[in-house]
Amino acid sequence: MPPLKSAVTLAADARHTVTIVLNGAPRTGQAHPRLLLSDFLRHELGAHGTRVGCEHGVCGACTVRIDGVAQRACLTLAVQADGRRIDTVEGLSQSNEGPNQGPNEGRMTALQEAFRRHHALQCGFCTAGILMSLSDYLGRNPKPTEEELRDMLSGHLCRCTGYAGIVRAVMDVTGQTPEPGAMGEAAHV
Amino acid sequence: MTAMRTVESGAGGRAAVDHRPGVAVTDAEPAAQPFVGRPMPRVEDAALLTGVARYADDLPAKPGTLHAAILRSPHAHAEILGIDTAAALATSGVAAVVTGADAKRVASPFLVGVRAPMEHWCLAVDRVRHVGEPIAVVLADSRYHAEDALDRIEVRYRPLPPVTSIGQALDPASTPLHPGLASNLVNSRSFRYGDPEGAFARAARTVSIEVEFPRNSCTPMECFVVLAEHDAAEDAYEILSNFSGPFAVHPVMAKALNVPGSRLRLKTPPHSGGSFGNKQAVFPYIVLMGLCARVSGRPVKWVEDRLEHLMAATSATARRMRIDAAVEPDGKVLALRMEQTEDCGAYLRAPEPASLYRNHGNLTGAYDIPHLAVTNRIVVTSKTPTGLNRGFGGGQLYYGLERLMNRVAAELGLDPLDVIRRNLVAADAMPYRTASGGSLDSGDYHATLDEAVRDGALDALKARRDALRAQGRLYGIGYAAVVEPSISNMGYITTVLTAEERRKAGPKNGAQATASVAVDPTGGVSVHVSSAPQGQGHRTVLAQVVADVFGLGVEDIRVNTDLDTGKDAWSIASGNYSSRFAGAVAGAAQVAATRLRDRMAALVAGSLNSRPEEVRFAGGKVFAAGNPDNALSFSRVAAAGHWAPGTLPDGREAALRETAFWTPEPLKAPTDADHINSSACYGFIVDFCGVEIDRDTGAVRIDRYVTMHDAGRLLNPLLVEGQILGGFAHAVGAALYEEYAYGDDGRFLSGTFADYLVPTACEVPVPVILHRESPSPVTPLGAKGVGEGNCMSTPACLANAVADALGGPVPSLPLTPAKIAALIHPPEPPRPAAAGAAGAVGAPAPSASGGRGLTGEGSREVPAPPEQVWAILLDPKELAALLPGCEALDHAGPDAYRAEVVVGIGPVRGRYTAEVALSDLDPPRSLTLTGSGASALGTGRGTGHVTLERTAGGTRVTYRYSAEVGGKVAAVGGRMLDSASRLLIGQFFEKLVARAGGAPAPAERPGLLTRLLRFLGLNR
Repeated sequence: MPPLKSAVTLAADARHTVTIVLNGAPRTGQAHPRLLLSDFLRHELGAHGTRVGCEHGVCGACTVRIDGVAQRACLTLAVQADGRRIDTVEGLSQSNEGPNQGPNEGRMTALQEAFRRHHALQCGFCTAGILMSLSDYLGRNPKPTEEELRDMLSGHLCRCTGYAGIVRAVMDVTGQTPEPGAMGEAAHV
Repeated sequence: MTAMRTVESGAGGRAAVDHRPGVAVTDAEPAAQPFVGRPMPRVEDAALLTGVARYADDLPAKPGTLHAAILRSPHAHAEILGIDTAAALATSGVAAVVTGADAKRVASPFLVGVRAPMEHWCLAVDRVRHVGEPIAVVLADSRYHAEDALDRIEVRYRPLPPVTSIGQALDPASTPLHPGLASNLVNSRSFRYGDPEGAFARAARTVSIEVEFPRNSCTPMECFVVLAEHDAAEDAYEILSNFSGPFAVHPVMAKALNVPGSRLRLKTPPHSGGSFGNKQAVFPYIVLMGLCARVSGRPVKWVEDRLEHLMAATSATARRMRIDAAVEPDGKVLALRMEQTEDCGAYLRAPEPASLYRNHGNLTGAYDIPHLAVTNRIVVTSKTPTGLNRGFGGGQLYYGLERLMNRVAAELGLDPLDVIRRNLVAADAMPYRTASGGSLDSGDYHATLDEAVRDGALDALKARRDALRAQGRLYGIGYAAVVEPSISNMGYITTVLTAEERRKAGPKNGAQATASVAVDPTGGVSVHVSSAPQGQGHRTVLAQVVADVFGLGVEDIRVNTDLDTGKDAWSIASGNYSSRFAGAVAGAAQVAATRLRDRMAALVAGSLNSRPEEVRFAGGKVFAAGNPDNALSFSRVAAAGHWAPGTLPDGREAALRETAFWTPEPLKAPTDADHINSSACYGFIVDFCGVEIDRDTGAVRIDRYVTMHDAGRLLNPLLVEGQILGGFAHAVGAALYEEYAYGDDGRFLSGTFADYLVPTACEVPVPVILHRESPSPVTPLGAKGVGEGNCMSTPACLANAVADALGGPVPSLPLTPAKIAALIHPPEPPRPAAAGAAGAVGAPAPSASGGRGLTGEGSREVPAPPEQVWAILLDPKELAALLPGCEALDHAGPDAYRAEVVVGIGPVRGRYTAEVALSDLDPPRSLTLTGSGASALGTGRGTGHVTLERTAGGTRVTYRYSAEVGGKVAAVGGRMLDSASRLLIGQFFEKLVARAGGAPAPAERPGLLTRLLRFLGLNR
């Protein structure tokens, strides 16, 4: 959990001004000290791409990047994010092309495209969090083994896909062929 | 990943189709049609991947909308003596508090599927019957404020004995949960098909099995959402919710709100975060929020949180089964005698008891077993009401049936696969009439099984098992063969009624699917269906189907799956359940599109100098079969009805929109002899797997899993694969990890994702998926359902493999390491008696009443004489300072106190009002403390014995306590309670030592303890 950046004393009953750099653009909103970052993003700033699945830090759906590091927005207070850079799923594809490119699919990142090709999502509710974790993780570990990847993904719950398509998509986008045996088909036949 | 498909054409020819879904699909190549049958990526994905998709909670709420928070019962069974909402109403931001009295005034109880005097209201009236049952709703300007006020509602309860197991519910001595019922057995029916008695008398032997299937559910990642408005001028409701159907529940909701269906306009959002059946169970909250909107006169929004979902949303039924099989020496099963007892929870909530009857037509599975006797019992328990859950009754049924077939093989010394083979329905018997009236529509089960064995490399798996066993490892192979029913007959549920009762109620049958296809003035094609998709990709498949009909591209078809009951075509069978999409809904879309196309052909035939049946639609053109060069553009033909109706042939209506209602022909009402074809079509699945059990931990590892499906024609193999992978993952969870656990006193113990264990990427292997395609003769496209099959076959298959590995019986599901370890390890030596100053906290143990019990004992040296310690303990002010989280402590009588204590465990914290009494006073040697408390978080009570013993250094304080907690704390804190109580007691003694003049209690120091305390919410 990031410490507070501002030295302002917070009052429980007061709304405080919180300014973040959301996907590269400064955004300001008001937050009581107890307001979760997930609620601040979704309901104060209208950035609905970040989903809320459990609000107790297990499912990973609300994962965003805070100053580059993937973290649970449901375990972070909005006031803790004040003055920080927050990246969410809405920002992933923006850097590829200019605005007004028509359908979004033309602007998706290679990882997003790989998710689509490999049917790595169904209802899509967990997807934003997984993409944000991956965007952080693959920057630090560009060619994870399947075992490493599954270990990282175990911080996210997905109920639709059985994770198979997600693993395939990441192995594909990192230039690897999924290895038989690690968790998938037994290597012996 | 291996993937191979064998297609059986209608003419009996076969062709191998080798597509590799494990390999990425490319974007829709401009290849020739048909699109149906091709693995195409989804039109849904762009919005979902870029975060612009809108789920229910993302849709705008009107200004002035109130946010709801729900007060829920901490008791499994209790009478509500009174509810005081005054303090809550005075809380900042609160606009209204709604209780059961409002429900009684404005609403009605829900209709129940069997004739039984039980009332289920959207808010508890007079009595609560399970932990988590809604009691009151706070409506405030924000969810935060609404939750603040929940703590200020005071409810007085009189606890009643709970009913916490199927066995207890069947016991006539158990307290009836519903006073109008004589017992907790709500319904019992016996069925007899063929001559089961004769077969059992004739058979060489009888093989029996008894199993119990636990409660669990598929827990979609998105919880329930309801946005409700009430129009007081017309007494009409407009409600948006991520409800999944079946819309047979719409009349139930309308009736509960006391309006005709036309005054309950129900809308669904463009995207839903999964359902797996579970979002059927949002319907009581649709009524509840409608009630709240009406009472408050303002729009109301409610978003369920995960704690609420796990505790009280829904569950699959628990089922106890006993099956006897009349068996010949070669393994042929002549007859089955089944006893099924279904735990439906506290209320029989619509559409229950459907879980028990959904498979009635296929009770004999994939087997040719002509004689069948069945007794079905339905009981109520003090648990969350049950409902739709992926596999819906199939996991339960096949767990019994396939464990039985495995037992038959074991007892007769046969190969389990040979027993399966000997009993499978023969290909030349299709369509096969089952004993109970099902009609297995197509397939060659033997050939499918042989292909699975060959392409799934069973021989290599057996060799691997032998090799690993030779090394002393615990390895087993399991099998399962099942039929996967799809497209439920709306009449099957009435099998729970007698023929006489059915005659009175009128026939119910069929499974209406609806689809509308329209052309717009630019020639664009739009499709609307009432399938309420929950993430599967319906829009993609419908675009494929309709594009093929019109000879257009997939991108030319715009599919809208939002549903608005005020405007769209729908019927009671609408919705997303019973694997009805591919067979029924995609089929209905094809029917509607074909009708519209044929009408267009009739209108345009003249201008093409052709007959209507010779008009062709391909490549975006419309032309006569014999003269493709003289082609009109599709958009021109389609738009003509809008722009130039005057040019239509005389008296002909323009072809602008077509709505099809399609119901499968074979779905009749139950016969007087209780024969019922409960589903329109039946896929076939044969699975086998190898598992290894860790000798040290008892953990089950799935080494290899092969699943072979015949789901009829595959409309989009990529999506079919996704359905199988997802169903398989759910089944792995149900088999190995997941259970909604309750204490023996009805306290709920699985309230977080740290307690209810959902498998992660490290636990779900990738199965080998094989296909064979025997098109269904019943559905327009030949497709059958595919999404639920592994939830039916896989738990049994895994358990059979575990049985093979252990060489003996299998514990009840889930097959956790603890249960398996208890079987493979010798009993552990008794734990040494607790000694020393550290104290010991016992493992959660059944308490006197059997709940989430905590016991512990320990002792501590205090540097003061016993008299001084005694004085501290008996001084209320001193005691208040010692009790962790104590904010006030007042005398409530001689040696009795009333305390305000704030305690937090994990994600919940709350204010308890506690009564503490001191007894057995033997100054300054011993005393007994008895306490009980209640709060919005639940209840707690406990007893502690304290003895003081003079020592050289002062006093040795020895304590022994037993406590139990219930309600939300017990539900969410399962894993934390022990350490939390240890910490609380530690804090108490630290302070006592300090107070008695010992070393000062350590100041808050950063370290493990502090961090742990913070995590537990205990450090204030």
